[in-house]
Formats: sequence, structure tokens, C-alpha cells
Amino acid sequence: MQKVVIRQGDTVLVALDARVAPGQVLTVMGASGSGKSTLLAGLIGTLPRSFAMTGRILLDGTDVTMRPTRARRIGILFQDDVLFPHLSVGGNLGFGLPPGIPDRAARIDAGLAEMGLAGFAPRDPATLSGGQRARVALLRALLAEPRALLLDEPFSRLDTDLREQVRSLVFAQARARGLPLVLVTHDADDARAAAGPVVTPLGLPVAL
Amino acid sequence: MRLTRRQFGLIAGASLLAPRAMAQDWSAVTDAARGQTVYWHAWGGDPKINDFIAFVGAQAQAQARYGVTLEHVKLASTADAVARVLAERDAGQTSGGAVDLIWINGENFAAMKAQRLLLGPFAESLPNWPLVDVAGKPAVVTDFTLPTMGYESPWALAQLVFEYDTARLPTPPRSLAEMQRWITEHPGRFAYPQPPDYLGATFLKQVLHGVIGDPTLLQSPVDEAVYEATVVPLWSFLDGIHPALWREGRAFPANEPALGQLLADGEIDISFAFNPGRASAEIAAGNLPDTVRTFVLDGGTIGNASFVAIPFNAANREGAQVIANLILDPAVQARAQDPAVLGFQTVLDMAALTAEDRARFDALALGVATLSPTELGPVLLEPHASWMTRINQDWIARYGTVQ
Amino acid sequence: MTVGDRLLRLAPGVTLCLLAVPVLAGLAGTLAPAFGIDPLSGRGAGLSAFADLWDWPGLRAAVWLSVTSGVGSSLLALVISLGVVATLIGRPGFATVQRLLSPLLAVPHAAAALGLAFLIAPSGWIARILSPWATGWTQPPDLLILNDPAGLALTLGLVAKETPFLLLMILAALPQTDADRRLTVAASLGYGRVSAFALTVLPALYAQLRLPVYAVIAYAMTAVEMAMILGPTLPPSLSVQVVLWATEPNLAHRGTAAAAALVQVALVIAALGLWRLGEAVGRSLLCHAARSGWRAARADLALQPLLLGLALAPALALTAGLAGLAVWSVAGPWTFPEALPDTLTLQTWSRAAPGLWQAATTSLTLALAATLAALALVLACLEAEHRFGLNPSATVLWLLYLPLIVPQVAFLPGLQMLALSAGAQGGWGAVAAVHGVFVLPYVFLSLSAPWRAWDGRIAVQGAALGASPRRIFWQLRLPILLAPVLTAAAVGLAVSVGQYLPTLLIGGGRVETLTTEAVALSSGGNRRVIGTYALLQMALPAVGFALALALPRLVYANRRGMGTG
Repeated sequence: MQKVVIRQGDTVLVALDARVAPGQVLTVMGASGSGKSTLLAGLIGTLPRSFAMTGRILLDGTDVTMRPTRARRIGILFQDDVLFPHLSVGGNLGFGLPPGIPDRAARIDAGLAEMGLAGFAPRDPATLSGGQRARVALLRALLAEPRALLLDEPFSRLDTDLREQVRSLVFAQARARGLPLVLVTHDADDARAAAGPVVTPLGLPVAL
Repeated sequence: MRLTRRQFGLIAGASLLAPRAMAQDWSAVTDAARGQTVYWHAWGGDPKINDFIAFVGAQAQAQARYGVTLEHVKLASTADAVARVLAERDAGQTSGGAVDLIWINGENFAAMKAQRLLLGPFAESLPNWPLVDVAGKPAVVTDFTLPTMGYESPWALAQLVFEYDTARLPTPPRSLAEMQRWITEHPGRFAYPQPPDYLGATFLKQVLHGVIGDPTLLQSPVDEAVYEATVVPLWSFLDGIHPALWREGRAFPANEPALGQLLADGEIDISFAFNPGRASAEIAAGNLPDTVRTFVLDGGTIGNASFVAIPFNAANREGAQVIANLILDPAVQARAQDPAVLGFQTVLDMAALTAEDRARFDALALGVATLSPTELGPVLLEPHASWMTRINQDWIARYGTVQ
Repeated sequence: MTVGDRLLRLAPGVTLCLLAVPVLAGLAGTLAPAFGIDPLSGRGAGLSAFADLWDWPGLRAAVWLSVTSGVGSSLLALVISLGVVATLIGRPGFATVQRLLSPLLAVPHAAAALGLAFLIAPSGWIARILSPWATGWTQPPDLLILNDPAGLALTLGLVAKETPFLLLMILAALPQTDADRRLTVAASLGYGRVSAFALTVLPALYAQLRLPVYAVIAYAMTAVEMAMILGPTLPPSLSVQVVLWATEPNLAHRGTAAAAALVQVALVIAALGLWRLGEAVGRSLLCHAARSGWRAARADLALQPLLLGLALAPALALTAGLAGLAVWSVAGPWTFPEALPDTLTLQTWSRAAPGLWQAATTSLTLALAATLAALALVLACLEAEHRFGLNPSATVLWLLYLPLIVPQVAFLPGLQMLALSAGAQGGWGAVAAVHGVFVLPYVFLSLSAPWRAWDGRIAVQGAALGASPRRIFWQLRLPILLAPVLTAAAVGLAVSVGQYLPTLLIGGGRVETLTTEAVALSSGGNRRVIGTYALLQMALPAVGFALALALPRLVYANRRGMGTG
């Protein structure tokens, strides 16, 4: 992120200048309304028109600032898993998998097995537990072969045990694939587990 | 093929010559008509009439010599078709119009003829025309005192008859004066359709005919100089009965079927129709109890003919003439007169028919509630159309806004 | 931008033109004769048509009737539909109401009016059932119930038809008002159901309900078929009189009809202005009530049954009236005061079958064509709105509602002339196109709310996974919103099936639908045949609504997240 500044009117909501290395986690912390979700919207390219953004977003040296969301190849995990309710688990994963890749079903099954969800492909997402849903959402994001991953408080809806589990899974997977990660949270535990730099949306360092 | 009345007279007079001369011209018409689809715009409010029109259509298609398809365009009001032709004329559409044939008479005919919206003359050159009883039934060539001049072809005769249920009313009133007394003595048991509905207006004309000093005045256009004085007795008759009408004259049935429904529902004791066979046909259909009978007033009731006309821009004018001719076919006319079908009086002259065709009519049962031709009594000719327009207008001004 | 994108971007503009141009052009064509611009009248431009109208003795009564029955029925329908929602929301009965809604909505105006007419007439079903044992009547009493001068029967009929429509609109708008949480909060503060609803949900709800309400007012003030069957005749309501004048054979009154149509338009505008004032008063009353902290908990106990009773009356009347028509369609002889016919017969049905079949096929084909076209345009508009961040201004929305607010009698005759000059000769396509003009606003009305309320994160998630907007539309948004899309299609189907004047005028009478046949038959008063046509006219849209309910359940039978299992 090169000198990314997002304003609404005269108010500066986000001012960040940071580089996130592959496998590294940048944690952005702040109370609600502090501009965390504005930052995420700016990164994936869904800022409403009332916001003005300056600065550049570089991925592996490529400028993606002007690209539409679909061409940025930045994955996102929301607070709620946002599984598509009309598709099966396999359908959701297939949606993420880029077109033209052969052996789609096999890839999906392998991914599910890796996540400890072997045989879940025909299931209705609504019948899954919270932890299972979070894992499906993560797998879906990873199958799309992103070059970076954004996490929008993805663990806040899970209870403590599960949270720990899912969190380490996400970090491990990202690290294994060498993905830069941006985690937005208001939870100090998350920030600590991320083991990376922690800043506010305005770029000020946060002491945990 | 255009024939003047005089030419027609010559042909009809030279009876040997006529069929051959006709056949040549007529075959050109039937040739052109083959394969055409004729859109007949006719009021669609009565299933019995709709069925009859469908029967005519089946005939037109089935008879190998015609090959005409008939589509019945069912109207809520004949004026819709008139407005359609007018709209086409305004839009500059002088050929290929949507309306091929209209069931028409009276005001609508006068309006279309005056606006030059009709094709013609055609009626008197139809092959079946010589069978029409022009001398005995003058209404077939005089539409509301307006000579038809061959611009429309008759297909049925109608006459005003009153209907009542003998189970509720043993002896009905037989004159206007008796009827006025009966209505005031039985409040709420009589109604007439709201003018300008056709049947409602006919009731007004019937009353006018009975109360006016000189009924021959009605055969000429309204004379404004004496109009007001002439119609005073009509308004005093109506002023007398209105408080005793159904709903005290604060609401009126919409038309003939609505009036008939009131009789069927027992809301009124006397209704009337412009069709002597309606009551029998309704009894046959189970819509009226079989104790219903009909009567006419001493001195006669108003009668007229129904016609078909062809708009000036009809797309399928030849097919339309074929249909107009087919309706005058003795077999079709006999079916229309069958009380179980329509119960309409034929326009044909029995003396002009072959023995075989005459037998078709003789075989018809009259119907339990239908009066015989002698019982129907004299037919009073329709007044000039201007009377209806004027009386309707005044009726609306006098009674049209009770609130 | 691809070609597809560019076309999509044009969709809203094109759609508005398709709606507004026929209405405005037709309006101009119809109204020209009002100012004497008419080749047939033979008189020069001027105001003599208005003078004729002014001289008509029934003018004041007709105007008064249009206003009272139109505004009165709309107000009553609004109160009833809001009352039903306020009383039943969150209760088991709410689901029942939602299920009953569609069939009631599907009843065409003419069929509803004919059913009601038979029910409440002095010789009608109610009187038959109560006679002679309770009333002593052996023949029908001479009571002015139908066609009463005050237009009460007409108002009842309009209320019965408008309430289901407003209910549908409320249900569509409700999810965006956060109603459940607001009501819970209000209830925890000690407010009664009705007052909690009025004070916390209604303001947000009404903002979305405003245009549908205006459309209802405009329709009710200018209804033709219902006013012909249920309304008074001495004089009739202004819209009926316009039709009577416009179709008079001697053509002398075409100018008067045009002038009256113009007055009708002005009346609608004035009534909407008045209503707007009423909205302001209502709002300040609500604000005042909210500040006063009046909980109305006790009044609530009385209000709830009252509102439900008010809602039940028209629904029952409508249902019973239609049941009456169904009985007539199989009735043998049936005289007063028999509560039921002596014998039952299928004769009416078998006689009417060929005509019924043909008319039903035409109705269905027209409705499918108009609905599919309208649906495609609406989806394109909504997608363009979403994709290009377009924000429909108030003017745009008004244009969208133009066909619903401008009285049909004021623009259809002019449109007919236009179609003729353009060479569209009363063909099937021209009729389908005009149906589309009326279908589209309703489809938009019922689809836009759920479409916009869709969870946008799903789209973001899809895009983050690399999906193109096209793919997001076809694979995510459309399938997830299948239920509302099908419901909107069913609404469109019902609207198209019910069209009378457009079919008659633009089709030149050649396009025969169930509705044109039913209205043509209704002038003949034969209840048996009317019953068959009215029932089928109602069955067609009902099947549409049933499919709209059943299909998503079938497709998503094992997807609990779709709210169907």
C-alpha cells in the first residue's frame, strides 16, 4: 500500500503506507467506525462514490488500484462466511475455482479433505456448523488462487476454542502459499496471534 | 358490382333474366371471398346469439362454394365498432380496415351513413334478396324512417313484447293507461333500462307513441318549434310512474339482459324485450320459470329490423357480402326463428320460398311463451332517429342526476 | 466497456421511453379534441367542449363520486393493510395472510365486481340465505344496495381489490425497515402492537409505500369496469361517463369526452396533492404521539380485533362472491329465495368450452409475452442501477408510474390512433406491447425492493473470487432471488390477464381474451356464463402465483439457507 489515503468529505478515514511481505500478516485495529471497513472496501475496490481515495495498491509490484474487484485477485473472508445459500458446498467451491482448470471435482474433494471436510461437497451450506462454514469459506477463497487475502474480523462469530483452531488454520494456509494477509479486527487476541505489525487505519502503531 | 334500385327492379321484374345476370356478378364476389376471414363485429352479451353466429360461421366454412372463415368480434357496445372505423378513417386508413361486417341499426347506421363510413349499396344485389319480404315487412328497408338504400342488409325482425310471470301476476295490464295504474299500485315491481340504452329508449318511444296526439309526427325529424309541447304528455307519464319504479327510480337496469335478470330474480313482475321469442328461449335454457308468458299492448308495439353493414374500408368486403347473403338463406333464417335457438322473426317472405323451405318454418314450434303472428298485433314503425336522440338527451337532463 | 455493458447502461433510459412515450403521445392525441382540435367536430379550436361539460347536470355529482369513492377506498385499504400487518406481524397468522394474498391479488377487477354484485344485491346470495326464515322475504326487497347513489358498493369493491395489492407492497418493503428489531425494542418499552408499529416502523415503511399508494388512488378514482358494475348510474362516475361519451355513435360528444378526461386527470392530480397534505399532517401527528410517550397499550386491545374485522370483511365478501359465481356456473334453475340451485349441471361449461379455451390461450400468450419482456427490461434496469451506481431520481420514479397514474381513458384512445397511423393494425404484437406498458411498472414495483435489499457482500465475495459482473448476475444474484423474480412475473401475468380497455382499443376487438369476453358478457347479465369466464380469468393468474411459490421450493428443496425448506 503506497500512501493510501481515503477521505469522506474533509475527514481522513484511512492513511496507510505499508508493505506486507508474503506470508506476513498486517493487522489493522480500531474501534467500530474507525475506518477499518473503509480500508477493506478500498483494497478490494468497492468504495462507494462518496469516498475519495489517493495512493496506490501494488501486488507483487503490479498496480491494481484501478482494476475492478474481479481482476485484483485479492481474496476476502467476511465476518459472516457469506456462503452462497442456493449452491451446495461443492457448488460454492466450484464457483471460486478459476474456469478451465481440469479435474474440478477432484480438486474440490482434495481441498475438502485437506480441511477435514471430506465428502462434504453435496451438503447444503445451511446444515454446516460455524467452524465448518468458516473452513469452506477459506477453502473457497484459496481455490480462487488469490495473490493476497483480506480478513474482515473472520473469527469474531466463532466461540473461543473454534476461533483458535480456525485462526491458526487460516494463518498456516496463507503462510504455506506465501500470501500477504491484511487482518482487520478489534480483538487483541487476533492481533497477537497474527504475530505481525499492528496499526490503526490512520497508520499509527498499536501497542498490544 | 353496383346496382341502383332501379336496375335492381328491372332485374327482379324480368325473372327469367335475373338469375343469370346475378350469377355472373355474384360468382366474381364468391371467387374473391374464398379463403377470406371475415371479422363480424357484433354485440357479444348473449350466449345464444354468440352460438348462432358461430353456427353461421360453420356454415360459411363448411359449404364448399364459400370457403369463408367467420370470426365473431364480441362487443360490449356496437358503438365500439363504429368508433373503430372512425378512428381508422381519421388515421387515413382507407383500405384493409379491421371491421368487415357490423351488426347495426338505428342511430349507429344513421351516424355511419352520414359520415360516409359504409360500403354500398350492396344489399339488394345479394342473390337471396328476392326472398326478403319488402312489401309485407317495410321495416327491412326502413331503418328508423331512414331508407336503407342497400347500405345494410336485414337479418332479423324484432318487436317489443312485455314479459310477466303468471304465477305472480295472473292478468297483466293491456294498455298504457292500465299499465300506469298498475305500476303506481305496485310500487317497486316495474323497471325499464336506463336510456340511452336501446331497450330503455324503445320503452320511451312506445310511451310517446301512446300519449302523443298525432303519432305521424314521429315519422319526420323533430320539429324544434313544437317539440317541447309535443312531448309534455311523455314527461307527465314518466313523472307519474317514477316514484313507483324499482328502486324508486334512483337506479335503473343497464340493458335488456339486466332487465330480464330482474324478472328471473323476482325483483320485478313485468319486464319487456325487443324479441318476441326471448321468454320462450330463456325458459328453454332454464333461466326463467316456465310460468312466464308474454303480452303486447292494445294498438301495437314498436318493431324494427336488425341489419348487417360493411364499412367503407373493410379488408374482406367480398367475404362480408357472402356472410350477409348466407344469413338470408332460408335454412339459416329458420334456425334463427327457432325459439330454442334465438326466436328471432324472419325477414323472408313465406310466399317467395320453395315448399321445402316453407316447411322448415312450419315445422317450428312457437315456444311456450311466444305469441303467434296474429296475437303479436300491429307493428308500430320506429320514429325518426332524431326523436330518440332528443328524448334521450332530455331524459338525462330530467332524470339522469337524482343525487 | 463492452457492447453488452453499453447496452445495459442504456436500459433504464430505453425503458422509461418505452413507458412514457406511449402515455404522453396518447394523452396528447386524446386531449386535442378537448380544445376543438378535431377534424370531425367541424368547429374551430376553442373551449366549447368544456362549456358543454360544464352544462352537463351530472358533473358535480360525478366528480364528487370519483373523489369520494377513489380516495375513500384507498384510505380504507391502506388502513386495513397496515392494520393487518401491525396486528399479525411475528404471529402465526401472518404466514396465512401471506398465503391468502396471492389468490386474492389474482382476481381481476371485473370478476371481483361481478361476484360482489351477486352477493350483496337484494336478490343476491346473502338475501337468499337469510330468506324467508330470517327476513320474511318471499320476493327480493326493493332496496338500493347495488349501484347506490353514494357509491358505497363501489367503494367496498375497490377496497376488496386494493387491499391485497397494498399488502403485497408492504410485505415487499418490510424487510428494509428492520421491523422485527424496532418492534421488539418498542414492545420492551411498553408500547402496544399497533402503536409500536405506527411509531417505529410506519415512517420508514411509508416512504417506500408512497408511489404504490398513489397508483392505487389514481386507479380507484378512474376505474371503469368496477364502476360500471357496482357504481351508481344517475350519474355514473366521471370515468364511466368519459367512456360513454367517447363511444356514443353520433360522435357529437368526442370533445366533451376529451374535456372530461382532462378534468379527470386534473382531479387525480388534485387528489394526490390533497393526499400529500394529509401525509404531512399524519407525520406531525405521529411525531407528536411519539414525543408524548403515549403507549396506547389499552387502546391496542380494542384496536387489534377492530382492524382484523375490517380486513376480514372485504376478503370474505370477495371470496363468497367468487364462490357464488362458481355455483352459478354449474347451476340449473335457481330462483329467489332458494339458497342453492335446484339442480347442478355442467351444461354451461360444456357450451362455453370452445370459446373459453381459445380466449384462455390468447390471454396466456399475451401475458407471457408482455411479462417476459417487462421482466427482462426491469432486470436490465436494476442491474444497470447496481452496476453503474445509478440512483433513480424522484422524476424517474414518477415516469415509471406514469401508466398507473394517468387514467387509461385519457390516453388509450389517442394511442389507438397513433398505432393505426403507424400501421400497427390491431395485431397481437401491438396488444402485447401495450400490456407491457402496464405490466412493467408492477413488475418493477414488486421486484425492485427485494432486488435492492439483496446482501451486497455476496457480490463482493463473488468478485473477490474473480467472477465477472455477468457471472455474478447469472450465477449468484438471479438464482438467489429466484422467488421474488417469479413472484414479480406472476404479478405481471395477473396484470396482463386483467387488462380490458387496452386489449379492446389497441386490438381493434380482434384480440379476444378472457377479460374482454367476460366484460362483453357482463353487459348481458347471464350469471352462468359470466361465472365460467370469471373463474377461468381468475384461475390463470392463480396458477401463476402457485408456480411462483412452488418452483423455488422445488429447486431449492434441500437448501435451508434459501428459506424454503
